[in-house]
Amino acid sequence: MTTKWYQQSGTDGDVVVSTRIRLARNLNHMPFPSSMTAEQREEIIRPIFEAFPQDGTGAFQCMRMTDLSPLEALSMVERHLISPAFASQDEGTALLLSPDESVSVMINEEDHIRIQAMCAGLALDEAFRAANCWDDFLDSRLHFAFDDRLGYLTQCPTNLGTGMRASVMLHLPALQEKGVIQQLANTVSKLGLTIRGMYGEGSRPEGAMYQLSNQVTLGITEQEAIENLKSIVAQIIKEERQYREQLRQSPSLEDRVYRSLGVLQNARLLTGKEFMTLISHVRMGVSMNVLDTVDLNCISSLMVDAQPAALMRQAGEKLEPAERDARRAALVRDRLTKGA
Amino acid sequence: MYCDHCGKRPATTHIKKTVNGKTTQWNLCAHCAAEQGIGAMSMTGFDLNDFWGSLFAQPAKVSPQDTVRCEDCGRSFKEIAELGRPGCPTCYRTFYDRLLPSIQRIHGKTQHTGKVAEKAEESVKKDHELKALREQLAQHIQNQEYEQCAALRDRIRELEEGETT
Ligand SMILES: [Zn+2]
Ligand SMILES: [Zn+2]
Repeated sequence: MTTKWYQQSGTDGDVVVSTRIRLARNLNHMPFPSSMTAEQREEIIRPIFEAFPQDGTGAFQCMRMTDLSPLEALSMVERHLISPAFASQDEGTALLLSPDESVSVMINEEDHIRIQAMCAGLALDEAFRAANCWDDFLDSRLHFAFDDRLGYLTQCPTNLGTGMRASVMLHLPALQEKGVIQQLANTVSKLGLTIRGMYGEGSRPEGAMYQLSNQVTLGITEQEAIENLKSIVAQIIKEERQYREQLRQSPSLEDRVYRSLGVLQNARLLTGKEFMTLISHVRMGVSMNVLDTVDLNCISSLMVDAQPAALMRQAGEKLEPAERDARRAALVRDRLTKGA
Repeated sequence: MYCDHCGKRPATTHIKKTVNGKTTQWNLCAHCAAEQGIGAMSMTGFDLNDFWGSLFAQPAKVSPQDTVRCEDCGRSFKEIAELGRPGCPTCYRTFYDRLLPSIQRIHGKTQHTGKVAEKAEESVKKDHELKALREQLAQHIQNQEYEQCAALRDRIRELEEGETT
């Protein structure tokens, strides 16, 4: 089986969990998805399905969202492959997915086409190259709606221009403990960026995971937006590492890391919230070399596999919260004691 | 009301300045306001409701433009404001002048500088050429210089036919 992008850790993986580039594109002479008929939705889906390589090693999986089970759809949100709204599986929506799941194309979401490229760790250039390459590929066949003044024309005016949203998922346990996240959010907003919870808009931060993204898309080039994001991420990484070093001075850090590992290795019931809190401590411990019996790749995989829909998908059935907590505990116990 | 600066586009930004006790009002279009660096919003706490809300805030002037509908999706500007979203990409071109102030409030800028779509450059150039040719043609007709008109008409037809293929 192909290793998925989220089963790995990458550059600056102690703080940066993953990178995402998303491009919003639309076709001319076609209403935006919110006012499309079923036939018009098909007119968008068909040529895109036909354009993508469907056999051979690089073959994309083409699927209509309505053909998926609700569990499959929800687990895709947990893997950050699709937006939470797309998991509602509306008629006339479709998805293309690369074998390692690093490239996905949502069809008829808020825009006709949303190309997304994901990478482990901090890899903005790499993710942009991947997204940009599929953008060129689709543009040469479909010809995207573009205006020389407003750039790529998108349903929401907040995406006009480049249509690009670049995001990095940050693990900021030390900054969170210091209580400076709100202050950080205020600062980055003045620089044209936003910080949100793990699953994007409106989601609450879990396990000290935060998503940092560019906000402005018009009057700024893709490269400028990426460089801007990079320089701010570099500063956040520096601060997070500094605070971690301060925490290292106190014996309570090592205690907390090992206690958390102890609970994760022994608990028989784990709620999603408790799991995220504890794995966040362990992740910080591993990143700081306080703990060396677990590696970051194992934690990255676990943070996806222990989510509710992933557990139910694995079980092949819908589970009550209590059953999920038991399965989650069993999975975590198994993964975290293997290496030890 | 037209822009005090360029006199070409409708004024959408109104600024009062008081110098030595004398108050003057400037009425600028979005282009000129942007050039003067006026109205660039701070990027904090942008709220989409503010954006569409601001469309209502503009006095609904009865102008010939209000009968304009998007040739692709058929929406009027009023419908776009009420529904809270444009109907299709062409809406942005059709209602460009009226959407621009709000777009500027979101991004602080109004001119795209990033990647250019493959077909765009060609079609953008063609649009510009067509516009120039039509203006020339109108000028010649006005001046009753009919000898140049045939050639111009041929070129315009050529470009227009190229558009549909
Ligand atoms: Zn002006
Ligand atoms: Zn329209």
